Amino acid sequence: MILECKHVWDYISEFLDDSLPPETRDLVQKHLENCEICSAILDSTRNILILTADDRVFELPAGYSERLHARLAREIRAANSRPEKPPPD
Amino acid sequence: MNMADARPVIRDEAQMIAAILAGDRELYHKLIQPYELSVYRMAMSFVKNETEAEDVAQEAFLKAFRDLASFRGESKFSTWLISITLNEARRRLRRQSTVRMESLDEPPEEGGKVSPALLRDWREIPSEALERREVRALLQSAIEHLSPLYREVLVMRDIEELSIEETAGTLAISISSVKVRLHRARIMLQKELAPKLKLTSPKKRRWFS
Repeated sequence: MILECKHVWDYISEFLDDSLPPETRDLVQKHLENCEICSAILDSTRNILILTADDRVFELPAGYSERLHARLAREIRAANSRPEKPPPD
Repeated sequence: MNMADARPVIRDEAQMIAAILAGDRELYHKLIQPYELSVYRMAMSFVKNETEAEDVAQEAFLKAFRDLASFRGESKFSTWLISITLNEARRRLRRQSTVRMESLDEPPEEGGKVSPALLRDWREIPSEALERREVRALLQSAIEHLSPLYREVLVMRDIEELSIEETAGTLAISISSVKVRLHRARIMLQKELAPKLKLTSPKKRRWFS
């Protein structure tokens, strides 16, 4: 059986996640070996997802961590000064 | 992410949580440290500016602190935090719902096909390219332009690295919906970004100059 390009495109996401059934994966793999367009699509998608996941894409705003921990510290102080509740049960 | 956190220290989060609940509340600072960025990024995938995302992130961390006793350890702490962030972000969007009803006008998700950008060859873009502001801006804007339905699945799966099952559980949708949305989100990103990123590759530049 031979897969057409447009069918291969439907499998790209699952191919990347390695979640295709073995027979389908093999068919896709075979197609990719002979089709430079589909393999360029696969490579670019994989490449783009790796870039997207990089910590540098969304950086924390300056001072984020300090503000967060200051707010948590206030919350923790408040919790510490509350009288202990008896544990449930 | 803070490199100091990359040391191979074994974090026993269950033990940390038990200690916090037993009264060592200061330990919460340490418990959440590795997740500061992921919670922020999750918030950023819903709200569109840094200030709001920071608010959502703070609220999520506070809520997680207050509700810590209800964390049962059935999921990972990180996944639990992500789902709290999701709820916080959605709560905020509902409050602003008159301006943001876009997700309700989503096209039915089985309809229509998404086709990738066709290329004949792809020269790998190395991660170092992210040192350039223009490349980061391209990626940010492509993610922001995905509709919320696709964006949340992509962020959870490909940025926060939740499994398909965890993503489905957190969003309370089926595994097959996760797969369909994820596929579309990925192809949409490829379609939007591949032609643009190709032009930013330094090799091409040299050829032009």
